[in-house]
Amino acid sequence: MTRITVTVDGVSYSDDVEPRTLLVHYLRETLGKTGTVVGCDTSSCGACTVHLDGDSVKSCAVLAVQADGSSVTTIEGLAQDGVLHPMQQAFHENHGLQCGYCTPGMIMSACALLKDNPDPSDREIREGIEGNLCRCTGYQNIVKSISAAAKASSSTPAGVA
Amino acid sequence: MIPAQFDYHAPTTVDEALRLLAEVEASGRDVKVLGGGQSLLPVLRLRMAAPEVVVDLNKIPDLRGVRDDGDAVVIGAMTTHDNMTREPLVRQHALLLSVASATVADPQVRHRGTFGGAIVHADPAGDIAAPVLALDCDLVIQGPGGRRTVAAADFFEDLFTTAVGEGELLVEIRVPKYTGWGARYEKFTRVAQAWSVVAVAAAVKVEGGSIAQARVGLTNMGSVPIRAHAVEAALIGQPATADAIKEATRRAGEGTTPPTDANADAEFRRHLAGVLTGRAVLAAAGAS
Ligand SMILES: Cc1cc2nc3c(=O)[nH]c(=O)nc-3n(C[C@H](O)[C@H](O)[C@H](O)COP(=O)(O)OP(=O)(O)OC[C@H]3O[C@@H](n4cnc5c(N)ncnc54)[C@H](O)[C@@H]3O)c2cc1C
Ligand code: FES
Ligand code: FES
Repeated sequence: MTRITVTVDGVSYSDDVEPRTLLVHYLRETLGKTGTVVGCDTSSCGACTVHLDGDSVKSCAVLAVQADGSSVTTIEGLAQDGVLHPMQQAFHENHGLQCGYCTPGMIMSACALLKDNPDPSDREIREGIEGNLCRCTGYQNIVKSISAAAKASSSTPAGVA
Repeated sequence: MIPAQFDYHAPTTVDEALRLLAEVEASGRDVKVLGGGQSLLPVLRLRMAAPEVVVDLNKIPDLRGVRDDGDAVVIGAMTTHDNMTREPLVRQHALLLSVASATVADPQVRHRGTFGGAIVHADPAGDIAAPVLALDCDLVIQGPGGRRTVAAADFFEDLFTTAVGEGELLVEIRVPKYTGWGARYEKFTRVAQAWSVVAVAAAVKVEGGSIAQARVGLTNMGSVPIRAHAVEAALIGQPATADAIKEATRRAGEGTTPPTDANADAEFRRHLAGVLTGRAVLAAAGAS
């Protein structure tokens, strides 16, 4: 067992973990943050995407011990005081999900994209979510949602990141 | 699935990492080096490998970043693909490495996966080796006996096999400066995010409307990346026009023995090599 200290969604945690524990399993099983989901065994689907020190990563391709001393943001850390994050609101309004399984990862990738490129074209949005697979929507309304969130945040100074 | 149990070490210097590797090997235990983990962790999850000890390079600051060293740019092995796409020194002097890195996988994988890790992994469908070969990079390897430098042409030995031996690390990559060259990495994939069926790395220097110098490397046309020397020679002196470039590049696949698999047979791969080399050189030359 190895002792790690990680800040997740603004709260600091210290836990003993086995070195082989993947970050996603630490989040789900040790911290109970089941908003972040596992969709594959090959690090392909992006459903487990979180931000590690501000960068989007697949939490199934990072060891929990590697997050020691870092700050992690999950889908559960986006809403503030019960108010949905602008990206969550945009997915809600634009029908950006069907079964919803890909949505946590999709939204984390979308937020990372807008932080880098606040006014992306539809093509840039599609490239930005290249690491996230959706088996339901055909992506059309996901792109529409992200585009809407970008427009909404360009008119509110707080931004979406 | 989750990986089998292992002991974990995260050294903070290269010397400490090499000492750990030597100690573990002397004890007869199986050890793996962890770079960005974007190939290794999926392999461990699938239990296709189950090392007893993992030595993580992520806490070694000396292995990260890019510096100017006179006539070369020096890239730390643990520099991420994402850093490679943005790093101004790389974009200015070795644009091909930057544009190829931008095509690897997806944003999340590029945030963790490393330039050096992709080189040592040496997947024949990987997108970093052919650009490294095309630009005649030097690979700096460090082991218990010190450092040695291997030219890219001698580095890739076979599928997933390179000149980096057990107990050694790839520490840095030296690329001669190609300032003012155009570059393009042209990739053919079945679906977005899939690995290259075939890809072509091209860098050209255009002077007065003609091609003065050219470098071309082919991905997934054999067990190791291939340098298209004949195409390079045929391009030199040609006007940077679509017709001339197409004629000089269409036989890029000739003489190669590419694999046949579910994505493409060897003949289709040879065809793709010619077409993609034309497109890559055209774009690199800024012609259309
Ligand atoms: C979904 C997905 C899609 C992908 N698509 C592509 C793609 O389109 N093109 C592409 O090129 N790659 C692709 N990759 C692979 C990605 O580029 C990896 O980053 C890369 O292959 C390995 O780099 P790494 O730093 O993650 O190395 P790791 O996974 O950590 O290591 C890979 C191997 O190299 C060894 N190693 C790593 N660093 C060193 C070092 N400095 N010295 C000695 N040995 C070392 C390790 O021991 C291991 O054997 C994809 C990966 C995923 C998960
Ligand atoms: S669960 Fe992590 S990429 Fe699929
Ligand atoms: S909404 Fe079902 S996988 Fe995307």
